[in-house]
Amino acid sequence: MNKIIAVAGVVIKELYRRKDFYVLFVLTALLTVGAGAVNFFHDDKIIRYVKDVCLLLIWICSLVIAIVTTARQIPAEREARTIFPLLAKPVSRGQVIAGKFLGCWLATGIALLVFYFFFAVIASSREHTWPVLTYLEAAWMQWFLLAIVIALVLLGSIYFAAPSSTSTISFIVVGGILLLGGHLNNIALGQPEPMQTVLTVIYYCIPHLEWFYLSDFVVYNMTAPPWVKVLEATVYAVIWTGLFLMLAWLGFRRKNLTT
Amino acid sequence: MIKVSPPLMLAALLALAFTLAIDLAPQAGGWSQGKKSGNFLGLMVGDGRKLLASQFFTMADVYFHSGYYPSVFDSNSGEQKEIISASHGRKETEEEEKGEDFLGKPKNWIDAFGRNFKITLHTHLEQGNEREILPWLRLAADLDPQKVDTYTVGAFFLRDHLNRPDQAEAFLREGLRNNPDSSEILFELGRLYHDSSHDVNRARNVWELGIKKFLQLKPDEQKENRLVYEETAINLAHLEDEEGNYARAIDWFRAGQKVSLDPGSLNVQIEKVQKKISAKQP
Repeated sequence: MNKIIAVAGVVIKELYRRKDFYVLFVLTALLTVGAGAVNFFHDDKIIRYVKDVCLLLIWICSLVIAIVTTARQIPAEREARTIFPLLAKPVSRGQVIAGKFLGCWLATGIALLVFYFFFAVIASSREHTWPVLTYLEAAWMQWFLLAIVIALVLLGSIYFAAPSSTSTISFIVVGGILLLGGHLNNIALGQPEPMQTVLTVIYYCIPHLEWFYLSDFVVYNMTAPPWVKVLEATVYAVIWTGLFLMLAWLGFRRKNLTT
Repeated sequence: MIKVSPPLMLAALLALAFTLAIDLAPQAGGWSQGKKSGNFLGLMVGDGRKLLASQFFTMADVYFHSGYYPSVFDSNSGEQKEIISASHGRKETEEEEKGEDFLGKPKNWIDAFGRNFKITLHTHLEQGNEREILPWLRLAADLDPQKVDTYTVGAFFLRDHLNRPDQAEAFLREGLRNNPDSSEILFELGRLYHDSSHDVNRARNVWELGIKKFLQLKPDEQKENRLVYEETAINLAHLEDEEGNYARAIDWFRAGQKVSLDPGSLNVQIEKVQKKISAKQP
């Protein structure tokens, strides 16, 4: 476990040394404050569109951080040939995968905390309420969605040639599932065979990332889902994460690192 | 090939760019005026602004329902926006609300479990929270100043729900500047004068102008805007009834009957006014 934590620590250090997070955070803050500064019909109590814009930016930025950071982990180690001294420590290939995953996941978790704190400050400045539990649930679900995404990207980085292709394909897959995942069964009903069966199979086989999107509850001040359901969704996320990590480990175990 | 020195080439290119800029600058000014893109967003997105405006108008309806809204993949995604029917004074019956349950029964375990993380409660904004739809309407009006519904819906919520008739009037006036022939905007303006300012004469003038504008429309357009004519005529009839001009009230009710889908329902109103006339006569 110590070896995994050591590898994860390096990844976290890398995130705060690089400028990606700072740039994205400043951009989010500027756009949110800019949106909040616009006066509509001289009403200073209007807030929901600001919350909407801010949460959308948080989602985009956290996905960018997670995907871009994860996609370059193993290819960068291979390119710089630092993977060999790392594996000679001795650290097993499985521990490298687990460490890289843990590092990326914790790093995005820290970034999420900063983002949500900023969001809570902006929202409470106008609403004068602090629905901590709803915010916590939304952040928790988003963090576990990122766990699935990070594991998926790690798996992709083993098989795809370059970080750029891994990132692009991951963005398309994750974006596609978030936008269409929950509607695939409805779309399938309107399709002729064999497309109907293909779409139905995909519907049942993909990780349903759209469950983890709780922004609407935060924006519209709705009562958040019960914690029991959130915990069930967490177990679902853990299973998918484990599955992707297992596949990544199987691929990495047989990978020739010299080519 | 003649060799030209780089500084000379650079000077020639600069001179060409300068000449072109002088020639094109006045024309470019004309292009932007022609497209009426007087605002930054309009200038940025060009003709795509109408699509964006329509999307922002839909967002206002999404906010009005606090996120409970059908997606493009759901069966009743193309129904009329509820903010429009609300602005025409229509309130949903319980059965209509049930009909809007676009989710239906869960289709499988994924759908059933996923509903825990979706808003599944049909609610409408109230108690002043209607203000939350205003930014989207403002953006829609900026992007597509010819979309009349944006002004009438915005003014209705400002006047009726948020008690801000001055801003409602300013928004309608802006709409009227962009759509001088709109009988819908004139109808809403008349309602504002009648219900909020209690200025009967201005309400009458504005509604009568609305009727005049309607009658100038082509037959096809008149068919499309039948509802606004009916509403204006009935409102004018009630106004004349309140003012004691019973004969004119009956005329307006009869005008409303001509376009009404249910002309029989107005007979009761006409009979009431006729009784008032006979009671007045010695």
